[in-house]
Amino acid sequence: MARGQSAALDRKKLMADPIMMTTIVLLITFLTLFILYPLAILLVDSLYGDGGLTLGTFQRIFQMHTFRRAITNTLKVGFVVGILSTLIGLLFAYVEVYVKMRRAVGGLFRVVSMLPVVSPPFVLSLSMIMLFGKAGLITRFLLGIYDNNIYGYWGIVIVQTLTFFPVCYMMMKGLLKNIDPSMEEAARDMGASRWKVFCTVTFPLLLPGLGNAFLVTFIESIADFANPMIIGGSYDTLATTIYLQITGAMDKQGAAAMAVVLLCITLAMFAVQKYYLERKTAATLTGKASRARMLIEDKSVTIPLTILCSLAAVFVIMMYICVPIGALFPTWGYKFTPLTFKWFQQVFTRYRGLQAFRDSFVLSLIASPITALLSMIISYLVVKRQFRGKGFIEAVSILAMAVPGTVLGVGYIRGFANGLFHTGVLSGIYGTGAILVIVFVVRSLPTGTRSGISALRQIDKSIEESAYDMGADSLKVFTSVTLPLIKDSFLSGLVTAFVRSITAISAIILLVTPSYLLITVQINEFAEKGAYSIACAFATILILITYGSVVLMNLVIKRFGTSRTIKEAE
Amino acid sequence: MADMRVKNPKGVKLDHISKIYKDPKTGKDFYAVHDVDLSIAPGSFVTLLGPSGCGKTTTLRMIAGFESPDEGEIYLGDEPINALTPNKRDTAMVFQSYALFPHYNVFDNVAYGLRLRKVPKEEIARRVTDILALVELSGMEQRMTNQLSGGQQQRVALARALVVEPGVLLFDEPLSNLDAKLRVQMRTEIRRIQQQLGITAIYVTHDQSEAMSISDNIILMRGGVIAQMGSPLEIYYRPNSEFVADFIGECNFLKGPVTGVEQGRAVVAIDGTPVPVVTDKQVRPGDEGEIVLRPEAIRIGEEGLLPCRVELSCFMGSYQNYHVRVGDTLVKITDNCPINKRIFNVGEHAFISFDEDCAHLL
Repeated sequence: MARGQSAALDRKKLMADPIMMTTIVLLITFLTLFILYPLAILLVDSLYGDGGLTLGTFQRIFQMHTFRRAITNTLKVGFVVGILSTLIGLLFAYVEVYVKMRRAVGGLFRVVSMLPVVSPPFVLSLSMIMLFGKAGLITRFLLGIYDNNIYGYWGIVIVQTLTFFPVCYMMMKGLLKNIDPSMEEAARDMGASRWKVFCTVTFPLLLPGLGNAFLVTFIESIADFANPMIIGGSYDTLATTIYLQITGAMDKQGAAAMAVVLLCITLAMFAVQKYYLERKTAATLTGKASRARMLIEDKSVTIPLTILCSLAAVFVIMMYICVPIGALFPTWGYKFTPLTFKWFQQVFTRYRGLQAFRDSFVLSLIASPITALLSMIISYLVVKRQFRGKGFIEAVSILAMAVPGTVLGVGYIRGFANGLFHTGVLSGIYGTGAILVIVFVVRSLPTGTRSGISALRQIDKSIEESAYDMGADSLKVFTSVTLPLIKDSFLSGLVTAFVRSITAISAIILLVTPSYLLITVQINEFAEKGAYSIACAFATILILITYGSVVLMNLVIKRFGTSRTIKEAE
Repeated sequence: MADMRVKNPKGVKLDHISKIYKDPKTGKDFYAVHDVDLSIAPGSFVTLLGPSGCGKTTTLRMIAGFESPDEGEIYLGDEPINALTPNKRDTAMVFQSYALFPHYNVFDNVAYGLRLRKVPKEEIARRVTDILALVELSGMEQRMTNQLSGGQQQRVALARALVVEPGVLLFDEPLSNLDAKLRVQMRTEIRRIQQQLGITAIYVTHDQSEAMSISDNIILMRGGVIAQMGSPLEIYYRPNSEFVADFIGECNFLKGPVTGVEQGRAVVAIDGTPVPVVTDKQVRPGDEGEIVLRPEAIRIGEEGLLPCRVELSCFMGSYQNYHVRVGDTLVKITDNCPINKRIFNVGEHAFISFDEDCAHLL
């Protein structure tokens, strides 16, 4: 069979569409240059020593006691955090979907699920130290314990679990809502108890989804840099070890090899999660629930579960609130009254806060529209169009999800500090704001693309086809049909990108130069120095900015979103 | 109403078109459409009919430009269009899901194509109004599309395609989302509008009654190839294969050796009884013959051509439904207007007969 002709025709049609052609070429260049190349150079650098191809660098790092320990540490933490987060997430989701509860409890749940989105990554570490540390509010002043050491393994595990379980909760909630209640009713009808139904029907159906949530959290935990940095103490994980290898030991080649190891671990997990578990989840839970579920009203079940979850939720919320309050005390741990704004003043008077906020704000503000637009274009191309190179675009933008920030940061150092392949070409962007913006974009692109893809999959393909058929070119189809239909998703992508950028730290901390002050980097510095009050003041302002932009987004979506025009019509 | 006949209905020619797909399970290439060769006259209404997976939609999408043929060339009028993108082709498609733009109202939906063509504002308003009148949606201009019923949405989709006066109008199973009654009403409507405008239309469906009621010509497809082309009457009464005969309506097949042949006629021995039938095939005495008989062409009575035994007798309102056994073969009969006739009960012996023009030798 001669398949050549259709391929040639498709190519011709593509050539007849210069806008689409240019877009694809630019996208492929961008993805290759800023995602694939930095990762590739890591591998090249760590394999290519003085005497040509060698495994020497890997041998060297694997002989380092600290590195070997960092691997076991990372895996140990990731595993435990994965399990704990999944279980707590499941508990929350189960209570929300199955148990009749008061509206106030539902409100608590919503707050819990939103907090990690708007908060910078290390806020919980800060409050953990302030509540349970040596001078902790709870440990020292309530319990009278003076030598409580929360730095290390348990500190990281607790903080990461509290940070990541809301993600599991949201994932589990989605899955539970998709279980058709009739299945469980059928089991009840045949005589199974509620517990039996959970064990024999609900749980097995959820199993792939639980595995999925576990691995997602596992990857997040492994990739997490900020929390182990602040609360890890001498307990180093891979991310912090790599950072120290560069900033402390000045061993860039060793760091590159370590980054390759870290990348391999996350990629392997990601492959399992993406290509095995996600498919299985979709296969077992395809249908939508046919009708509303009869909620559990039995008081012996509802009361303990509601109390348990509410307490947990309140605890998490308290942890977050601790940061702004901490910034108001004159001296944390010694002097609590009168409340003062002096730390906030010092942020601006002594610590160049204004510049930090301006730099972070401006860079994120530049990065977020680029990210949002790029991710919508990628999703459009991936979902709606057929062309060669589509697989590449999809794979690379999703692959970026599995790349820890630290790895990307090292990749950028190795890849751009001396120009492309150390030739000096393009070395001009290193150390500029441009490279920071690019890192912001690359770090937020996968989430944006993922939500864009799922939004576009909801839209009937023939709507765009009909516009195309009526005579619209690719650009016109995208601007007149696609974009208006996914306006909500675009707007929320915009804000998510902004929030992610302004709270980012792992990759950026390796790349930032003294000419740019970034808030997150500042907070990290103060926290490391033990200047918690000033760190809290910085963090509080940051939380206010991110929270403000989320609120603003919701208002804008309510006012101008597509769902409004369509809803109004109903 | 102004004369709205389109100025240039175009013919379509498919010159030995093939499309190859990869089977996702086996990874092997196969022909989704194989060597489809046909031409459609300007202004005619042609239906691509067939079961799902027969290649009819793929063929239509190749004409629209969404898919590229692996072999052959497609002509619109005299112009080869293989390398043209969908937006550069003079076609307009009505989609199965209507594919209306949910963020536009009815007027903006219909005006979409005209605006792309930079038609002056006043002319857009005039043409949209005219076309909405034609599809009987006057006064609905400001409605959002989700305020419309399924049938109304279908009309908007039709108006949107018609208003740009395409050389060819393409329909991709446009009625399959409507309920049965509306389907019948809409297909009459589509036929009326097509004839009123004199536009070329290519219509994909798997519903044989829809195809017969609406088309000048039917192209029946199976497994990517054309099984038979012809007018609805030809396809119904002169099917060229068991598949075509069966697909286009209820059908009986009686087998036996050919005993005699003369110009356009043949005699087939069914259970020893000579049965005369028409044929356009070259057959010789001694060949195995297969007669195609439509259920409504058969009469049942106390005397007739072939003896039979009644196995099912069922009153259906407008007709009596029989299953009878002729030799070893089950024969279905619909006997219209049974009220004045003798009704045969299960187990009774009877005879069937038919006019030789109604019987056709495969």
